[in-house]
Amino acid sequence: MLSGHGLFGEEHDAFRRTVRAVVQKELRPFAREWEERQEFPRALFTRFGELGFLGLKYPEEYGGSNAGELYEAVLLEELARCGSGGVSAGLGAQFTIATAPLHRYGTDAQKRRWLVPAIRGERIGALGVTEPDAGSDVAGLRTTARRDGDHYVVNGSKLYITNGVRADFVVLAVKSDPGAGHSGLSMLVVERGTPGFGVSRRLEKLGWRASDTAELHLEDCRVPVANLLGREGEGFAQIMGNFQWERLSLALGALGAADELLETSLQYVKDRHAFGKPLAAFQVLRHRLAEMATDLECARQLTYHALRLHVGGEYAIAQTSMAKKVATEMCCRMADQALQLHGGAGYMMELDIQRHWRDARLGPIGGGTSEIMNEIIAKQLGI
Amino acid sequence: MKILVTAKRVEDAESKIRVNPQGTGIVPEGLKYKINPFDEIAVEEGLRLVAKHGGEVVVVSIGGKEVQEQLRHALAMGAHKAVWVNHAGALDQLAIAALLAKVVEAEKPDLAILGKQSIDDDQNQVGQYLAEFLGWGQATFASKVESLESDAEKGKHPGVMLSADGKAVVVVREVDNGLATVECQMPAVVTTDLRLNLPRYASLPGIMKAKSKPIQELTPAGLGVDVTPKVVIQKMVPPPARKAGIKVPDVATLVDKLKNEAKVV
Ligand SMILES: Cc1cc2nc3c(=O)[nH]c(=O)nc-3n(C[C@H](O)[C@H](O)[C@H](O)COP(=O)(O)OP(=O)(O)OC[C@H]3O[C@@H](n4cnc5c(N)ncnc54)[C@H](O)[C@@H]3O)c2cc1C
Repeated sequence: MLSGHGLFGEEHDAFRRTVRAVVQKELRPFAREWEERQEFPRALFTRFGELGFLGLKYPEEYGGSNAGELYEAVLLEELARCGSGGVSAGLGAQFTIATAPLHRYGTDAQKRRWLVPAIRGERIGALGVTEPDAGSDVAGLRTTARRDGDHYVVNGSKLYITNGVRADFVVLAVKSDPGAGHSGLSMLVVERGTPGFGVSRRLEKLGWRASDTAELHLEDCRVPVANLLGREGEGFAQIMGNFQWERLSLALGALGAADELLETSLQYVKDRHAFGKPLAAFQVLRHRLAEMATDLECARQLTYHALRLHVGGEYAIAQTSMAKKVATEMCCRMADQALQLHGGAGYMMELDIQRHWRDARLGPIGGGTSEIMNEIIAKQLGI
Repeated sequence: MKILVTAKRVEDAESKIRVNPQGTGIVPEGLKYKINPFDEIAVEEGLRLVAKHGGEVVVVSIGGKEVQEQLRHALAMGAHKAVWVNHAGALDQLAIAALLAKVVEAEKPDLAILGKQSIDDDQNQVGQYLAEFLGWGQATFASKVESLESDAEKGKHPGVMLSADGKAVVVVREVDNGLATVECQMPAVVTTDLRLNLPRYASLPGIMKAKSKPIQELTPAGLGVDVTPKVVIQKMVPPPARKAGIKVPDVATLVDKLKNEAKVV
């Protein structure tokens, strides 16, 4: 949908058309193949770098365009239409979660080392927070980083890390003070090839299949103190700060995917006939589509509201958590309804619907579950 | 050099086109619009030529205020300025060519590059009329010898070349039995075929720059062109729906049906 919603102007619309053309020509035709191969070409990162899509919100001095988060919002919505949640997740992780901490908390030297090549797509990044024994409970992380001279000695493991298998660097959440809770967390950048750091396995998933998701291990891995982002003990606040944009990005992706599903469904009910008339002539189905469109619009309004507050500089934690929950859950319903409207065809691997249905299911889990969103909202309510 | 290119607003090929029940036109609801793909190739070719030889690209569109979107698109691709002939009503190909001829007279380009046709009504007439009105040479259906995958293509060299003395264009044309190369004295009209180039995307910096590029507004009256259509669409009908096919049991039956029913062999 190109309507501005009081957020997007003519230039955003023009950028949307560009992204849509890129998605249409360079991603969609190959989405199915990449999903089956469970990998998309590494060259897509450099291609996206070339197109300037990896640095929309980063300063020009590091190779970004400083265009702002609204352009990235447009990119996220349109990317979700490519037909592969894995492709949008892998590329999205690069510009939403992996590079954002470098931009926000990194020194100039750190930015030149990791952010600049990541914006060009020459180096792939990942964010490693979740562990086998701690996901929702971020303060309960067990990966430790013990200071030893000008190095940290890191031990532990990370689970479900998007881009983890082929990442050139991972922004890692670690316990630098195992005795402390929240205040014991720090963020460290670990480079591929550092002795003691490696990929344990590549995980098999229900959806997002074209993206690589890894379990990583760190064993007496010596990471230079120079790789610490910000100061020791600031990790929890840094992670929470980054979560805002990650959650908005998941909500925006859900809007894009749901819009695509709605369009596909609207076309299908016009074309498909049963009992001598198009499906669109059955009132029960017309009403279902009306409800699907309304469901999407509700999620869109809430997400755009949170987005507006966010780009206006507010720490809109309640609205962002609400939007993440509402939009990702809406997308699951949308995919399920679209599948139902397509009958047997919807269940076939040939159509994109089944993939959307599988991919959408990650929304209410990744980046903080719906239950955790409710926890945050409840806290904001003062209970 | 100065190159004039066109940017017609057309229905997106991905939209479902339906004829209205009265048969007077198509149903506009729910349609998406974009720049005519052949024109987008013309813009790209113009940009490649000025990148090589220097100069500027002027883009022209005729229509209501909504065509500014296509002009902005061409400006975002890199065109230097835009001319908008403001006219909301129906136009036939003669009127379009007459308006373009007036714009050409004012702009004095060395080359006018147009799409060979537009994907809405596929007329393939305007470039030819324009050359006639201007008394210029024309090289239609410009294509390229190299395949789209070749390094030369990736190197973004223009497919349209200039002669050694820089006074003529050398154009490879797609014709029925292959490719023909023609040389045409400038100023000239060139129309583009599909395989000439792959148009660039409008980049974000391009989109930002396009904001401040000028769009000059003109009108048919101001240009002194009477645009009363000489060709009027009387009626539109959708093509007949395809009938379901049949399965034949064997080759003999197939041959028999082709001979006696379809009468094609
Ligand atoms: C495909 C994929 C990609 C991912 N990519 C990354 C990545 O790149 N980087 C990264 O760090 N992580 C990543 N994750 C991890 C993701 O963020 C976590 O899976 C998620 O935060 C949930 O954590 P968990 O899996 O440990 O579940 P748990 O925390 O064990 O939760 C299990 C269940 O208990 C519920 N629950 C937990 N605590 C509470 C509570 N207090 N109140 C009520 N209910 C509760 C949860 O909602 C959930 O339903 C990815 C996950 C997947 C599946």
